[in-house]
Amino acid sequence: MSTRWDAIVIGAGPGGMAGACVLAENGARVLVLDEQPAPGGQIYRAVENVAAQGADALARLGADYAAGADLVARFRVSGSTFQPGSTVWQVAPERAVWVSCGGRSACLEADVILLATGAMERPVPVPGWTLPGVMTAGAVQILLKSAALVPSVPFVLAGSGPLPLLVAQQCIAAGAAPAAFLDTGSWQDAVAAVRYLPGALGETARRTLAKGLALHAALRRGGMKMFRGVHDIRIEGDDRAEAISFRVGRRQHRMPVALVALHEGVIPAQQITRAIGCAHAWDVGQRCFRPQIDDWGNSSVEGVLVAGDAAGIGGAAAAASAGRVAAFEALRRLGRIDAARRDALAATDRRAMKAERAVRPLLDRMFTPRREILCPADDVVVCRCEEVTAGALRQAVAQGCQGPNQAKSFLRCGMGPCQGRLCGPVVAEVIATARGQAVDATGYFRIRPPMKPVTLGEIAELET
Amino acid sequence: MFRRLEEDGLLLIFNFEGERVAARLGETVAAALLAAGIGRFRETPVSGSSRAPYCLMGVCFDCLVEIDGIANRQACMVPVADGMRVRRQRGARGVT
Repeated sequence: MSTRWDAIVIGAGPGGMAGACVLAENGARVLVLDEQPAPGGQIYRAVENVAAQGADALARLGADYAAGADLVARFRVSGSTFQPGSTVWQVAPERAVWVSCGGRSACLEADVILLATGAMERPVPVPGWTLPGVMTAGAVQILLKSAALVPSVPFVLAGSGPLPLLVAQQCIAAGAAPAAFLDTGSWQDAVAAVRYLPGALGETARRTLAKGLALHAALRRGGMKMFRGVHDIRIEGDDRAEAISFRVGRRQHRMPVALVALHEGVIPAQQITRAIGCAHAWDVGQRCFRPQIDDWGNSSVEGVLVAGDAAGIGGAAAAASAGRVAAFEALRRLGRIDAARRDALAATDRRAMKAERAVRPLLDRMFTPRREILCPADDVVVCRCEEVTAGALRQAVAQGCQGPNQAKSFLRCGMGPCQGRLCGPVVAEVIATARGQAVDATGYFRIRPPMKPVTLGEIAELET
Repeated sequence: MFRRLEEDGLLLIFNFEGERVAARLGETVAAALLAAGIGRFRETPVSGSSRAPYCLMGVCFDCLVEIDGIANRQACMVPVADGMRVRRQRGARGVT
């Protein structure tokens, strides 16, 4: 394997695949790294396998998923080199990438790095969320896509956003209907979102909204039990999830369940962009940090570009367009095209990206996460790895802790195996609120290598 | 907690805590364990409480297990293989 490339793309979801196609089709030597065994990212996960199982399996997951097969097929013949099963554990701003594959690590270099590392589900810290039997809606969907597994026990979907509705539909299509859908969205949020409607009247945005409304209506017609305006969720159980209690208004409910799938939207996966040292900004509308990029995907670090949900949530179609736009800019950086040619080639995708994103302010407002999960009560575990509660964090702030990085010294918060991936967003919010500060003023964890577990032996065997 | 939509094609056999578990080529260790009804993957170093997969996409690290003698493996990221020996991860790791 060559160690020197024109471009290294990290992540083979829609953004990474689309970007790699443009790069390779224009003659660049491009390497695509992804942790999964096959291309697709989370959105099109295992789409080749599912397609090979037949039309029924593909239909179960819906038309949007099936559409991913075309992009994967094009990527496969694009001429880019795809190295699956590759775990990137360090990226240096000099555009050096350390990657582990099959138990061996290598250091690779490139003139341009395109990060298309996608999104993660926003952490949903509610009482009991660490119990076995509590997972994310995305996790349930991953089992369905990648292993054809469906829940075999009474389960509920709890949360808001487009994904849990889709997961509900997919589970029903696979013969595993949820016992109930606990919608944490409220009519107040829906009303507040109306002011963003004028911006969402373009054809693409209207199509997205129509799809969502049709899905919602179909689930209601299908008789799925739905609660609206759910709050104060608590998952009960000793060594596993046994029941879920929640409130609707003042009314208290309790249901026996063995599986709870939570979801409160998605946020950019920050680990790699943070580790490289890219500047990040707080996105007020999407309530998350994201790397700062220009119109072409350039981050604040020379030669490092970011595309797709990793740079701010826009969905799969927007990610593919953003991946192509960033790839045209990468070709300019590589000296293969000039700025005028880049502008001409990228024009269609820039328009498509804008159209796809037009609906976002409305969705962001409608599915805005509620305060109780952004800034949970004292007894709720925030850092799952080190088992640090929100109360302990607030106490540390009272003792003088000034931010997330000091919280590590106070509490080991964010220093467990997940390295702050899951607690970081909550830690920043809790500390910011306790200090009466804005979240961007409070800041975020510094992310240090290795970003994924790698044995000492593997590091020792690195060729230097 | 989960059932398979397709029962055939379980051609791999691996070992979990001394038990033989059947699995399908191409799935992850985490998916194979969940399909086999394994609901607890590890015990935390801090309180010893049980954990199982939360995100299944490499973010949460709650599916950590020991695979073929190597600790801290993310069960959701490792493809299952014939003859693999998988154990629950209990408490803190030593430095070896």
